[in-house]
Amino acid sequence: MLDGQDSTITEDGRTIGGVMMEMKNITLRFGGVVAIKDISFDIREGEIRAIIGPNGAGKSSMLNVISGFYNPQEGEVWFHGAKRPPMKPYEVARQGIARTFQNIALFEGMSVLDNIMTGRLGFMKSGMLSQAIWWGKAEREETENREAVEKIIDFLEIQNIRKTPVGRLPYGLKKRVELGRALAAEPKLLLLDEPMAGMNVEEKEDMSRFILDVNDEYGTTIALIEHDMGVVMDLSDRVVVMDYGKKIGDGTPDEVRNNQDVIDAYLGVAHD
Amino acid sequence: MPDTLLFAMEVTLNGLMAGVMYALVALGFVLIFKASGIFNYAQGVMALFAALTLVGLQDGQVPFSHLINAVFGTDLHHFGWHMPAIVAIIGTVLVMVLFAWIVEKLILKHLVNQEPIILFMATIGLAYFLEGLGDMMWGSDIKSLDVGLPQGINGWIDETTFNAFGYGFFIDNLDIVATVVAALLVTGLVLFSQYTKQGRALRAVADDHQAALSVGISLRFIWVLVWAIAGFVALVAGIMWGTKSGVQFSLSLIALKALPVLMLGGFTSIPGAIVGGLIIGMGEKLFEFCFGTGQCFGGIINLGGATENWFAYVLALIFLVFRPQGLFGEKIIERV
Repeated sequence: MLDGQDSTITEDGRTIGGVMMEMKNITLRFGGVVAIKDISFDIREGEIRAIIGPNGAGKSSMLNVISGFYNPQEGEVWFHGAKRPPMKPYEVARQGIARTFQNIALFEGMSVLDNIMTGRLGFMKSGMLSQAIWWGKAEREETENREAVEKIIDFLEIQNIRKTPVGRLPYGLKKRVELGRALAAEPKLLLLDEPMAGMNVEEKEDMSRFILDVNDEYGTTIALIEHDMGVVMDLSDRVVVMDYGKKIGDGTPDEVRNNQDVIDAYLGVAHD
Repeated sequence: MPDTLLFAMEVTLNGLMAGVMYALVALGFVLIFKASGIFNYAQGVMALFAALTLVGLQDGQVPFSHLINAVFGTDLHHFGWHMPAIVAIIGTVLVMVLFAWIVEKLILKHLVNQEPIILFMATIGLAYFLEGLGDMMWGSDIKSLDVGLPQGINGWIDETTFNAFGYGFFIDNLDIVATVVAALLVTGLVLFSQYTKQGRALRAVADDHQAALSVGISLRFIWVLVWAIAGFVALVAGIMWGTKSGVQFSLSLIALKALPVLMLGGFTSIPGAIVGGLIIGMGEKLFEFCFGTGQCFGGIINLGGATENWFAYVLALIFLVFRPQGLFGEKIIERV
């Protein structure tokens, strides 16, 4: 198992660095319901980290804690070696953590291009007034952002739908556009909530390829939730397994596969 | 040209310009509804409050003077200055921005994720509060507002049409100014929402709150921004209506006239607010002319006047039945 701050080289030649994000003893409650119970794990620079578990295990809640949509009652979130105070989702996003949603949250009325462009809002520095006065500067900025977005559109192979309103797209393409919007923010950490849910085999293969390419080409650290075990084991460097809000396993895909608790949780062994 | 046709043309023109005035009010509603899904009942009162503040600042009225006099036995009325219109307008804009900030801080912030009906109720409360505040700050007497806008018959149009048709059209200068101002305002708003960072963020928030948060947009900032812009639009409407008919508390009722405009144009469309306003303005003037006072088709239908009071609502009702999203509203598409 990986630990400490030393960087490691994976079998396929990628570099995995020190700890980027650390969750320490996170507990999240909704009224009397405990969604996450005392969970700790870390995410390292450059790796693909998966969170898996049966339905209702608290995976999405964990992702929502990382992205600031939920603030845990107990525990600490450390990011780049500093303890993070309770934050609003938009503040987390501005720190360089982008995400997608399980049930897709896109701007349905806007075109694909405009949707991905919103991911660049953080790079638009000019304020309202200066945009009105220094038209040239604003225009240059617009061109730069536009180029970045076009690159992402090429990368995700969605050139032919760039002007289409997102509301008209089929599910699989929406998922891809959502990934594009998250990428546009050039995040340090990319959170993907079930990026392949509801997709057919071909779409899953495409999405897997995009995820691997993002990680490989841009060096983006990725944390993802996924149900499809085959996909998870192929994609990820390390896996956290959750069940009923608790962590029952953590390690490389092979380690996790042979963990008795994990096998029990997935095969549904009766608890004593 | 027959006289009736000339009259009808004049009525149409006047109707269109009256429509611009309705559109100015409707615009404020659309802005807030688009960005936050709130139907802001207080929009009309905001126009009144802005106009009151403008007059108060211009004439150097002491705010809360009645209250202060009653408590301390003083006799304050005026500071004794007369502010130039432009300074007073800037001052009022600042007051409206402050108002937006307070609304967010005291109301919206605490009602995040509540049902639209609850937010609507909150704006009703806000409307009455603001009306009372306006009364207490500036007094309830009717005030005349003069920021130097031209008023009265436009001589050039009168003369030109007289030379052409032998009948001079009566077009009010103020209506022409209102049309120009509305055009500028809409152009400005469209440019803002299409090409600026804040405008983009605003459209994003209007579309999906959760997604907006995930790309780093602060909802609270956008709400303050949009309420401030709506406050500015209310000020413009307040200036136009105040100049036309004096700043009085019945001004807040123009909000009711904006409702049919919104039903026609759609609650979420800025061009819709304009076109809706024009159709209502023109429609009610022409209807009154033709059927209210029976001046068309040999007077076959004569309803005896006062149709302007209800025409807009009936038209809106017809729209609700056949095209509930309005002319420009977003189509309601459900993927199954």
